[in-house]
Amino acid sequence: MNNALKNRLIDRVFKYFAILSTLFGLVMLFIFLIDILNQGLSRIDWSFITSLPSRFPGKSGILTALTGTIWVFLLTTIISVPIGVAAGIYLEEYGKKSRMANILEINISNLAGVPSIIYGILGLEIFVRIMDLGASLLAGSLTLALLILPIIIVATREAVRAVPKTIKEASYALGATKWQTIWRQVLPVSSGNIITGIILALSRAIGETAPLIVIGALAYVPFVARTPMDEFTVLPIQIFNWISRPQKGFIINAASAIIILLAFVFIMNGIAVYIRYRTQKKIKW
Amino acid sequence: MKDNKNSYKLQVKNINVYYGHNKVLKNVSMHIEANTVTAFIGPSGCGKSTYLRLFNRMNDYIGNFRKEGDVFIDGRNIYDKKIEVEELRKTVGMVFQKPNPFPKTIYENIAYGLRIQGINKKNLLDEVVEHSLKQAVLWDEVKDELKKSALELSGGQQQRLCIARALAVEPSVILMDEPASALDPISTSKIEELIFELKKNYTILIVTHNMHQAGRVSDKTGFFYLGELIEFGDTKELFTNPSNERTENYITGRFG
Amino acid sequence: MKISEKIIEKGLWLSAFITVVTTVGIIWVLFSESFTFFREVSLVDFFTDTQWTPLFTKKHFGILPLLTGTLLTTVIAIAVALPVGLTIAVYLNEYAPKNLTRVVKPLLEVLAAIPTVVYGFFALIVVTPFLQGIFPGMAGFNALSPGIVMGIMIIPFVSSLSEDALRAVPNSLREASYGIGSTRFQTAFKVLVPAAASGIIASVILAISRAIGETMIVAIAAGQQPRLTLNPMVPIETITAYIVQVSLGDVPHGSLEYKTIFAAGLMLFMLTFVLNNISFWINRRFRQQYE
Repeated sequence: MNNALKNRLIDRVFKYFAILSTLFGLVMLFIFLIDILNQGLSRIDWSFITSLPSRFPGKSGILTALTGTIWVFLLTTIISVPIGVAAGIYLEEYGKKSRMANILEINISNLAGVPSIIYGILGLEIFVRIMDLGASLLAGSLTLALLILPIIIVATREAVRAVPKTIKEASYALGATKWQTIWRQVLPVSSGNIITGIILALSRAIGETAPLIVIGALAYVPFVARTPMDEFTVLPIQIFNWISRPQKGFIINAASAIIILLAFVFIMNGIAVYIRYRTQKKIKW
Repeated sequence: MKDNKNSYKLQVKNINVYYGHNKVLKNVSMHIEANTVTAFIGPSGCGKSTYLRLFNRMNDYIGNFRKEGDVFIDGRNIYDKKIEVEELRKTVGMVFQKPNPFPKTIYENIAYGLRIQGINKKNLLDEVVEHSLKQAVLWDEVKDELKKSALELSGGQQQRLCIARALAVEPSVILMDEPASALDPISTSKIEELIFELKKNYTILIVTHNMHQAGRVSDKTGFFYLGELIEFGDTKELFTNPSNERTENYITGRFG
Repeated sequence: MKISEKIIEKGLWLSAFITVVTTVGIIWVLFSESFTFFREVSLVDFFTDTQWTPLFTKKHFGILPLLTGTLLTTVIAIAVALPVGLTIAVYLNEYAPKNLTRVVKPLLEVLAAIPTVVYGFFALIVVTPFLQGIFPGMAGFNALSPGIVMGIMIIPFVSSLSEDALRAVPNSLREASYGIGSTRFQTAFKVLVPAAASGIIASVILAISRAIGETMIVAIAAGQQPRLTLNPMVPIETITAYIVQVSLGDVPHGSLEYKTIFAAGLMLFMLTFVLNNISFWINRRFRQQYE
């Protein structure tokens, strides 16, 4: 076999290997989703969603976990979005090139790489103990808000950076102040991409387990949280708790709860992708 | 605005501009009378755009910008500490090289300059929108679709919209940075006619690459080369009988 | 400048500054609590003792078993994610039709969006029983299964960052290679991958850091037995899983046992911090190379 032929063969073989590799992840994803649906779908009914946790898998439901997740979602949104967007705007529009901006930028890259469980330790010490919030919804949401702040900041920066300079100049030339320009021109144009980033960050937050375990969120909460100061559990912790139980019935419960959690995550990701798509289509310069 | 006919509308005194260590304008001085069109020509990188942007302080945003010397409009030093740059820009409008309408409706594009001043009264805005669009000779083309996105207009219409937008805040000076360079010949001639019309009410400064355009629209022309104002005078004079060899070389197309 | 503009700018600055406060908070919490821990446990013991049994009556505070546990699952994860991720990157960049790329990439991103507790379920309930069918002696909790699943999770991470690095290689290099009659495979692996090497390495280091910090998969499927071993078939414990274990128990606040999570957390933080910054540094150098 001559060299050229051999090379072409290698090329061909690699191509099929590459297709297999690409399929590998997707096939695993597929197997996994089928398996979860297979195990958990039959268990999902109205009573599963509206029941409190119980010692008996058949009677157990996700009411407290679901309401906890919704609470955490809302509080984390309220806390993280204004701060994250404001910080992103500052870094992109105000603090450019200064020494301080440089420090902030390196710092944010580093924060994005800090393991989530470390945020749990931070939240435990600062929010739960020093600020004495206890293992409350508020403490958990503050912790998650800090965790996703870097994601929101980076998304905001990229969205704001994509706004053409000519638009800003036109606004300044008409006598607009910096903030008027940002508020009336830059943000409306970049909002689609900012919202996409926010949704993706929040979808990450509602899937987080480890930091909330560390701050002391409970696996067993027999009541529905009514105020941000209440103790709480969330879907991922409920799932974790059920996986750790030996009875088969709880594993099925875990699979069912995973379906609900994944539904949340996929819907949010879907919305994010849709908004990004719409934004890209709408605005052509 | 021009209370005294004898005083100049714009005065530039010994301006030097630096970007970092780069000196981009060298000791430029100039007087410009009200209700005239002044063109600035010269090869790219000669400093003419930087010079134009001195009049509404758009260079202020460039990080390492530094200037010496003074610029006066109606006798007021616009680089004085007491001057609010936002106020200045309401009296000095600007039109850019490429049409840059806001991604909003035609109506909102024009109304923007008033809205940022806190003026939101509908009938007043309506009036200004109509008046500005008429001045920019765009009204007849768009009067039935004011709610349409400005991005849907043609390039030439967009540029006239940008001119209307600048007029809406009632400036007395209009800066135009190669306003027709991105347009087709028909749109270009419309813009040029418009400039001629606007001269009655405004003092216009225009940077252009196109010497024929400068010859057609301007009363006075300044030729910049490597940051220096080589020659400044009546347009006819400068084009037919340039006093400087470099000006002559440039306008006869030997470089540029 | 108007007063309101000044106030707004300060407010925005303050928001950005919260990130600095967060970093300072993390470092302060980890160091101050670890400091009191290391007053009772010597650093030498911490790094040389081969046992980690803070929750037993006979206490040992050797971090090594947790480190090897972390190392083991990380190595397995990278062994899965690197070849697969890099191959995908090369394939999508050099071989795949554009339409396919547009479909495959978002699908791969789904892998990264799934919560880690869900991957833990997958490892424990699906992958471990499957592997036990192949390796009958394998324990119910082990490093192999969560390692593999973690690898699957970080595939999109490696593939998308590597793809960015490959795309940054100037087209002229690619064309030069094709110009002398190279196949796509030769172009990819003899020209593009070496040219993008530092960018790819940066992405792999970031992936390693991610794997080290991953918690739920190992907490669910790797076990809770700190063990100084490189055997992927037996239960082990990672740094992160240990922190979860302590958090779930009722260790009294202020006790030495309680402080172990800060010492372990500090270890984890420093590992990931160093790796992340090596990655950033390499990446900056890489980008300068082609700019």
